[in-house]
Amino acid sequence: MGEDIRLPIGSLFTILGAILAIYGAVTTNSSIYSASLGMNVNVWTGLGMLVFGIWFLFMVWKKKKASLKK
Amino acid sequence: MTETYSLNFIDYAIMAIYFAFVLGIGWLLKKYMKSSEQFLEGGKSIPAWITGLAFISANLGALEVFGMGASGAKYGMLTYHFYLIGAIPGMIFLGIFMMPFYYGSKARSVPEYLKLRFDEKTRGFNAFAFAIMTIFASGISMFALARLLEVLLHWNFHFSLIASAVIVLAYTYLGGLKSAIYNEVLQFFLIVAGMTPLVIIGLNDVGGLSGLKDSLGIVATGKGFQPDAWLHTWHYLGSGKSNPMGVEWFGMFMGLGFVLGCGYWCTNFLVVQRGMAANSMSAARRTPLIGAIPKMFIPLVVVVPGMIAAALMLMPDKGFQLVGGNQSDYNMIIPSMLVHYYPNGLLGLGITALMASFMSGMAGNVTAFNTVFTYDIYQSYINKGKSDKHYLQVGQFATIFGVAVSILTAYVAASFNNIMDFLQLIFAFVNAPLFATFIIGMFWKRATGNGAFWGLIAGTFAAAVHHGLTLAEGKGAWITQMHEYPSGMAQSFWTAIFAFAACFIVTVVVSLLTRQLKSKDDLTGLVYSLTPRIKDEPGIPWFERPVALAVVVGVISIVLTILLW
Repeated sequence: MGEDIRLPIGSLFTILGAILAIYGAVTTNSSIYSASLGMNVNVWTGLGMLVFGIWFLFMVWKKKKASLKK
Repeated sequence: MTETYSLNFIDYAIMAIYFAFVLGIGWLLKKYMKSSEQFLEGGKSIPAWITGLAFISANLGALEVFGMGASGAKYGMLTYHFYLIGAIPGMIFLGIFMMPFYYGSKARSVPEYLKLRFDEKTRGFNAFAFAIMTIFASGISMFALARLLEVLLHWNFHFSLIASAVIVLAYTYLGGLKSAIYNEVLQFFLIVAGMTPLVIIGLNDVGGLSGLKDSLGIVATGKGFQPDAWLHTWHYLGSGKSNPMGVEWFGMFMGLGFVLGCGYWCTNFLVVQRGMAANSMSAARRTPLIGAIPKMFIPLVVVVPGMIAAALMLMPDKGFQLVGGNQSDYNMIIPSMLVHYYPNGLLGLGITALMASFMSGMAGNVTAFNTVFTYDIYQSYINKGKSDKHYLQVGQFATIFGVAVSILTAYVAASFNNIMDFLQLIFAFVNAPLFATFIIGMFWKRATGNGAFWGLIAGTFAAAVHHGLTLAEGKGAWITQMHEYPSGMAQSFWTAIFAFAACFIVTVVVSLLTRQLKSKDDLTGLVYSLTPRIKDEPGIPWFERPVALAVVVGVISIVLTILLW
């Protein structure tokens, strides 16, 4: 095979998730969240994307380990 | 009050990272693109869950997303019909009955199947219509994206148009169909991530589910319907006058479910091509069935925002306005909600998701176009019997050519709105009868090439005549008015029913009057009764068996139908 789509998807979601979560954490209590009814949606969406991305990367890593054993 | 928003460095960073990944995927796949099969057919090497997500994602272009958001505001839960009756039966039928003919035969495209099963002229008719239609659709996507970015972010129209064309060209030229499919999967996850927060914030804003219900009750009674007319799917379909869509149950069931739904999902090469790129017969058959499961839940992130917007419009103190100045242009609902609710950061993600979905809509059309152009037009009519390397180059050239013509189409769309409406109508006429031709061809070995060809012509003609004789929302009746439908949607469903019936009858009659030129051997693998049944390999788990999966999809869709009745 050589290409596993989960690698780019996992990487992209991990990177974007981290950026959003960190940006959200830095801007806590900023006035930009008046648009989203005071919810810090950057942190929550970022964390969600981060978990999803890491899960995909974990599956790629597990597959690689299994194929190395063979 | 106007919305105040502007992108900052975080938003631009998210966009830039996304596009770097898109181009990177194309770049990484470049080394595999050594044959026309790799480039145009994805090398038949892709696992089922990927082709399954690409299968529905190819139909989740931004125009569909916007259209469904608009529909959610105008018709409420009735929009769910496009995700249940309008999609699930077609997807099950494709997975169980039709995919074996596409994947198992030597056909590399839907028009090529028509050539093998019927004759050259039937293929030619379908191939040319399809090629023009895909280029047109890709041009419309480009135009809509550039216009959206102009209205939303004040970006230069020409810059957005050319930049999006160059990006799509780059990744489809580098990585072919596989690159388009991978990016569709990426786009699918991005749309879900980008739209889910919108639903959560929006629902909170309108007072949760009960607040939304109350507001939609006010919307419904304001338009003269029962208070819960926005909240049901089938309940008010007894008559077209008692529901906002203006469609009655028979038109919905036969027109949308049988003719249009099955026709779209089973015969449109744009989606079928995704299944044909799968790595085995079983994976190809599971492609639409795997896609069907997320399909049934997509309305939560595209239709529900539209319903929330309908509620917001009743609450002037919320300050929600459609961007672009036209408060009745419901297609602007989803982008308007993004800029209304999203802070910087998430705003970049949401806009990136929309751009991604526009571009994958273009890429899907471009990759379907280059395959049909190369195999069904170039190899069949222009230059036969060349080396595979030659056809690979033609495929690559067709990709450039397709994008270039799309740009032209986009400019035509920018200046002549009427021409676009007219073309769209013509395509609807050509597509309406297709499912009849396929269903007869696959299940009746006596059907002949002449029968199929004249059936298609008759069906297209019947569609045009039906449209010319009926009126809905001021459109149609260009011959004379014999009937008026409560809505344009009812008119188009019934146009499809008439087209299907005419095509079916003429195909059968002409087939009986003409000689079958295809021998039994020719038709093996193309007609149900002459094709050996496929047996699942022993010992595979149930969820890898197409029929078991189809049962699960069927049960979920029935439960949803009852819950949303």
